[in-house]
Formats: sequence, structure tokens, C-alpha cells
Amino acid sequence: MSFLSYLINGISLGSVYAIIALGYTMVYGIAKMLNFAHGDVIMIGAYVMLTAMTSLMAPTIPALLLAVVACTVLGVVIERVAYRPLRNASSPLAVLITAIGVSYLLQNIALLVFGANTKSFPSVVQLPALSLAGGKLVISSLTLVTILACIVIMIGLTLFIKKTKAGQAMLAVSEDKGAAQLMGINVNGTIALTFAIGSALAAIAGVLLCSAYPSLTPYTGSMPGIKAFVAAVFGGIGSIPGAMIGGILLGVIEIFGRAYISSQMADAIVFAVLIVVLLVKPAGLLGKKIQEKV
Amino acid sequence: MEKKRWNKTAKNNAVTYGIVVLFWVAMTLWDQSGNLSSLMRGLLVPVCIYAIMAVSLNLTVGILGELSLGHAGFMCVGAFASAFFTNLMKETIPFTPLRFALAILIAALFAAIFGVIIGIPVLRLQGDYLAIVTLAFGEIIKNFVNILYVGKDSRGLHFSIKDTLSLGLEDEGVVLVKGPQGITGTSRDATFTIGIILLLISLFIILRLIQSRDGRAIKAIRDNQIAAESIGINITKYKLMAFTVSAALAGVAGALYAHNLSSLTATSQNFGYNMSIMILVYVVLGGIGSIRGSMIAAAVLTVLPELLRGLNDYRMLIYAVILIVAMLLNWAPAALAFREKYSLKRLLGRNKTKEAE
Repeated sequence: MSFLSYLINGISLGSVYAIIALGYTMVYGIAKMLNFAHGDVIMIGAYVMLTAMTSLMAPTIPALLLAVVACTVLGVVIERVAYRPLRNASSPLAVLITAIGVSYLLQNIALLVFGANTKSFPSVVQLPALSLAGGKLVISSLTLVTILACIVIMIGLTLFIKKTKAGQAMLAVSEDKGAAQLMGINVNGTIALTFAIGSALAAIAGVLLCSAYPSLTPYTGSMPGIKAFVAAVFGGIGSIPGAMIGGILLGVIEIFGRAYISSQMADAIVFAVLIVVLLVKPAGLLGKKIQEKV
Repeated sequence: MEKKRWNKTAKNNAVTYGIVVLFWVAMTLWDQSGNLSSLMRGLLVPVCIYAIMAVSLNLTVGILGELSLGHAGFMCVGAFASAFFTNLMKETIPFTPLRFALAILIAALFAAIFGVIIGIPVLRLQGDYLAIVTLAFGEIIKNFVNILYVGKDSRGLHFSIKDTLSLGLEDEGVVLVKGPQGITGTSRDATFTIGIILLLISLFIILRLIQSRDGRAIKAIRDNQIAAESIGINITKYKLMAFTVSAALAGVAGALYAHNLSSLTATSQNFGYNMSIMILVYVVLGGIGSIRGSMIAAAVLTVLPELLRGLNDYRMLIYAVILIVAMLLNWAPAALAFREKYSLKRLLGRNKTKEAE
């Protein structure tokens, strides 16, 4: 039974990675930049949720909404202030280094505001656990909620992109920015919308992540953020189902690595996956290979 | 014309070396006058370490034009290789300068080997992917060092990735590398003078490389890879050359680091990607591509926060803001256009490295 419970834990962790990876993959697909600060938006979301629940005594759902709104605003502001001015910079390194700067900035703001001490995160899902096979396999309600949230977000996002005008505009911008602009699409607005959606998802992911691993520090977001990027690359950057598959596979690999190989090497195993994927199939599982033209 | 340009380069190099020598003379005199506080004295070797790290990273970021976030990983390799060697040879080579010199060479060699091993796959990638993969390699190195156990007894060396017991040592055997506890008891051979000499050597190697035919090939790849390839430049060779030299010098900095402390552990503070990013801050602030600039930035940013103790809480915050603002001012098309507009008169005689500062 331990195998099954590891598997379910892996899928649960993977679902969180998948939600974070969606933010990476959308931003990468549309703005063609690696938003290094995405992981720290997760951390900010978790802190907002924590503050709302402990200081303001807000119930779970309003606190979650507050976290989502805060992260959405944060994501849009970051895009407007730090990334948009550099969109047409001559060196691709410029925006990447700026993103690292933003990541650093968010961590240090959190360090000053919330302190370096580890904060314990309250449980947000208070439902009874699911007990299967006569109590041999117990699945916590949080795990179920996490997996469910991931599926709902996936379906919602796919429908949004396929069925709405804004979603179609996103596809168009990711295909060809210049052509999209000529067709009358508001490119800046579309990119801002992408950041807004990505950051809102980051808030949800942050809350789910911190509920599962209830210790929150200013650096909580950076490692899951990087791993979620690995997941996005694994699934194929720019692809929404790819992010989901990549995230879940990565979560399962990490939990199995931790359980069966070495807990200290779990991170290394995840990174090894990234290296192998990039060397063997750089476009990822579901990505499209784009040939560079002269 | 050709001769004049050479003179300018030589003059520039002389200024760079001169700054280092002057710094050494000033600090030594200050130390001998007895007014140098122990805090400042403790910072002298770290200044050299970070200056070497910054100039070597600038070779990858500024000259090769690829962002490496695993630079601290190479430092880690150099630090552990050299500390291991020093501890292993403690009795065999009692003459300290020789042992330390060999340890530094070994650090450079090991870091260079890792540079090649990592560089061959990584340099097939570009931009964001390269950055994240170098970060991944850096973290893997740090994690691996934390589970590595090495012991020595009469039968030779024993390796394990589990614990001390599984080394299977004889009774009189010694454990040299103790997993998360790292390497302890390394003799503190690093001095300020040695640090300065190593910095000068690093500068010499990097400046010679940049100003050679190879260096121009590397810069051509940075400016336009496809064009460089089409005129017959061997992309892989030159990329690997820059990356490996950069890694080897980071290894040298690591050797200095290991011999400046008596116990060496790999944590996310010293060899994690936070350190890589810190070095990147030095490079960006000193001016991407400006070797002298990154050296000065590393020195100033190492000493300044210690002098301004009160600002220590805000140090990282200030770094982050400076990093973002520096990038925006130097790279945003709007900011560049603004500067172009308002500095037309001074445009003559201004070069790019000056602007970056």
C-alpha cells in the first residue's frame, strides 16, 4: 500500500507543480520570457492568505480570494514596471536578469515585512479524509482538493483559450506578435492578461503548497517555482496539457525519488530529469519544435 | 591606426592591473600601520575571492553572452577538490606553499573538467534554457557534495554516498569528507597576498583571452551566432573554451575560499544558486562585459555592507532594486532613446563599458 500512497502523494504534489507550471508556460508561450519571479509570487500569495486568516480572522474562501487578487495585481504590476520596458531590448539576457532581480526583490520584501522565521500555515481544507481498503490507504481531503483544483483549472483554462476572444488573442500573440498587432489585437493588454491569470493561479498554488507542506518562509517559493519551470519544460513549453502532464510526472518522480532513492538527492533527481529532457527532446513531451530562421 | 588601438588596450590593461596592485599596497601599508580593524582584515581574502568569481563569470555572461546561474557550483568543486587534496597531503607534502599551489592547480583542473562535462551538453542550449540548466547543475553539485563520504586508510581511498560506516575503514582510517559536515581541519593557507596574486593571474588569463583571436571569435558568437558560424567559426569549440576557462577560475576562487576557513560545508548560502545570483549582481553592476568594472563592483559590494552594518537588513533589498534599475536603464529601448537624445554632445569619445557603469 505504501507504493499507492506515494503515488497519490506524488500526483498531489504534481498537481501543485502543474498549476504553477501553467503560469510559466503561458507567460513563456506569449511573452517569450522566463518569469523567474513566478515562484516568489506563490510565496507572496501564501503570506497574504496567512495574514488574512490569522490577523484578519477571515474565513478560508474570502482569504483565498484576497490572496488571488493580491497576486493578480502584483503580477500585472511586475509586468508593467519591470518587464514591459525591456520587451524589445537588444539582449535577451536583459529581461532574464531583471526577472531574477524581481525575484530577489520579492524575497527580501517578504523578509522585511514578515521576518525570516518559519511560519506554520493553517490547514485550509477541513473535510474528513477518505479511507480506502479498510483504512490501509488514507487519502487526505487536501490531496483530493488539490487534484480536483488542478483538473478544474486545466479544463477552465483550456475552455477559456479555445472559446473566448481574449483566449484566441493569446494564441495569436504567442504565434506572432507583429501579425497579431496588425490584426488589431491589443498585444500589451493580452500579455498583461496572461500575467494576471498566471499570477492568480500562483496564488492558488501557493495556498495548496503551503497547506500540504505547512512551513512558510520568504524562500518557500523559489524551489517549487524552479521545479515547476522544469515541469513546464518537461511537458513542452507553451502547451497547457503539457504543463499538467509534466507537473504530475515530476511530482511523482520527486516523491518516488525521495522515498526509494535518497531524500537528500530528490532535488537533484528532478534537475537531472530537466537536463535529460532538454538534451533528448528539447521541445518537451507535447511541445512543438521551432526551427530558428536566419 | 592599428598600433594606436593596441596602445589603448595595453593602457587599459595596465590600469586594471595597476588598480589591483595599488589596492594591495594600500591595504598592506594600512595593515602594517596597525590601524586596520580585524573586521576589515577578515574581508581582504573574500574581496579577492569574489573579485575572481565576478571576473570569471563576466567571461561567460559578458563575453560569451550566455547567462550561467551555476557559477557557485564550480566554486564548490574547486573548494572541495582543493581542501580534500590539502587534507590528504598534509603529511606527504609538509611544505605549505607548494601544497597550496598544487591544491589551487587541482581546484582549477577539477573545475575545468566539470566545466567541460557540463559545458558540452549545456552549451547546445541558449538563453533561458541554458540559464536554468546551469542552475540545475549547480544545485546537483551542491546536493551531491552533501551526501559524499570519503575516507582514507592503509588500503587507499574509500568512497560512499550513504554514511561514514559504509566506508568500511580500518581502525586507524580517517574520514576526510563527512557528507553534510563537509571537510574540517583544512589548514588556513590563504592570505591576502596570495589572493591578490591569484586575482592578477585570473585577470591576465581573461584579458589575454578576450584580446586574442579566440576572444574575438567568442565575441562574434555572442553578437550573432549564425553569422559567426557562417564565416567558419567553430561555435562549440569557442563556447566551450570560454565556459571552461570561466569554470576553472571559479575553481581557483573556490580553493581560496576553502583555505580561508577551517571547515568547509556546502550550503545554499555559500554554493547555492543564491551565491551565483550574488556574483551575477556584481557582474551586472560592474558592467556586463567590463572586466575591470566587475572586479571593482565585487570589491566594493563585499566591503561596503560590512562597513554599513546598520544597512545590513536592507542590503539584499537594495541589491535587488539596483539590479532591476540598472537593467532597465541600460537595456530598455525607451531609456536608451532618452539617453541618446540628451547626451548627443558627449556621445563622441564615450564607449559602451563606460555607459554600463
